[in-house]
Amino acid sequence: MFDFLEGYDVLGAFWMTVKLTALSAVGSLIWGTLLAAMRVSPVPLMRGFGTAYVNIVRNIPLTVIIVFTSLGLADIFGVTMGAADNFDVQGFRLAVLGFIAYTAAFVCEAIRSGINTVPLGQAEAARAIGLNFSQTLRLIVLPQAFRAVINPLANVLIALTKNTTVAAAIGVAEAALLMKEMIENEAQTLAIGAVFALGFVVLTLPTGLLLGWLAKRLAVKR
Amino acid sequence: MSSVLYDTPGPRAKRRNVLLSVVFTLLLLLVLWWVWQKMDDKNQLEWNLWEPFTTGAAWTTYLLPGLGNTLKAAAISMVIALPLGAVFGIARMSDHAWVRGAAGTVVEFFRAIPVLLLMLFANEFYVRSTDISSEQRPLYAVITGLVLYNASVLAEVVRAGILSLPKGQTEAAYAVGLRKGQTMTNILLPQAVTAMLPAIVSQLVVIVKDTALGGVMLGFPELLNSRQTLAANYANVIPSFIVVAIVYIVLNFLLTSFASWLEQRLRRSKKSTGAVLGEDTVEVNPAAVRGTYGTGENTGGGGF
Repeated sequence: MFDFLEGYDVLGAFWMTVKLTALSAVGSLIWGTLLAAMRVSPVPLMRGFGTAYVNIVRNIPLTVIIVFTSLGLADIFGVTMGAADNFDVQGFRLAVLGFIAYTAAFVCEAIRSGINTVPLGQAEAARAIGLNFSQTLRLIVLPQAFRAVINPLANVLIALTKNTTVAAAIGVAEAALLMKEMIENEAQTLAIGAVFALGFVVLTLPTGLLLGWLAKRLAVKR
Repeated sequence: MSSVLYDTPGPRAKRRNVLLSVVFTLLLLLVLWWVWQKMDDKNQLEWNLWEPFTTGAAWTTYLLPGLGNTLKAAAISMVIALPLGAVFGIARMSDHAWVRGAAGTVVEFFRAIPVLLLMLFANEFYVRSTDISSEQRPLYAVITGLVLYNASVLAEVVRAGILSLPKGQTEAAYAVGLRKGQTMTNILLPQAVTAMLPAIVSQLVVIVKDTALGGVMLGFPELLNSRQTLAANYANVIPSFIVVAIVYIVLNFLLTSFASWLEQRLRRSKKSTGAVLGEDTVEVNPAAVRGTYGTGENTGGGGF
């Protein structure tokens, strides 16, 4: 019944999706946290930069960003991410770069909303014992904020998982590209669609459940 | 200027802030200068590459028709997805377990799948099972994908809206003798949709952004796709990307601003229940709805 799967590396394609997701998630978490720190910092210029970045990047379609990394960055500017001779590796790295740039804006907003959940008194107490801005943020506010935003961050992660399909637009051999190829060549459209749909349900559903459970466990009880 | 995290700056903090500002400005200028140099190196700053955008032809031949198609697909998707979402949202709260279960499964299923897969699948489905002309097919496929995904997202939005209404609304409706269906259509749904209006408008941004997928993967002649034709004609890849990105930013910024204006207005108006759920509230307060993920805003390509 599933003989149409023969000759196609479905697991390999999904593995590519997982790799794209994992690398982009780590990168965007770091860049997003930095952006969030900028947006709440006492330096007006940094706040302005953070706000501008988030509002600009959030309003550009991810597809535009991903296509730009390939046609703009790689073709025109020669940004090859250290893989000038290997087109596949280059596409993968460029896609990750694009996903990080885009997802970080959403991570930043999630973390900023988490910072807002930390009670005023915490920061006031931290200042009272003489901690400066970066100490307050690192030691007092961010640890609590992170625990409060596991759920929104899980949403961002799940969205990112689904968004990695956009990498198909620049020819990264992940699930969406393989599905496109398969449904064009094989007769069993419905079965192929079901296999790939199931693949994404399998990827996203446990993530949501696991992180939801973690969010409940780690939530700061107030 | 004071916030939770830092005091009103004293003399030392002021000095430090100025220093940090200067350092940050220098870094920013360095990056900008590097980008400018890079652009200059690759001859992307030459006026003849930018000149087309100052005349009408580039806009009337390529960009405006593309933008028109983007808006058309987004508008049609929204118009179909909203009622469909309302139906599924209500069905998820049905008293009959099998209606509830079926609607829940459909909603969770389509929310878990990337929009791109839905579009690709719809496209292939139309090729095989219908006789929609090949020019119309990408539009149909894009709309189908967007409707399936966004209807399920909107279903959750509407459900959250209904759940956020005070319990007294239903009780009062029953007390004056309305039946269950009447309570829903006359009392609960109008209020829920009003309360969720900002979130619904924000969802339009997601839909507008997702139309770009159809341009790249299905050849639907929307804005991003028109950019390619334009760049092929004028050989101005970088300028065309920048202009198209600006068009998207302006369009989506207008929508976002409209949503937050609406939210302010609804919050102020005395007629509302006071329960206005903006996208932030939906996102941050997932306790309201079990398993709220992909609540829209974060769901561009495949959602996000």
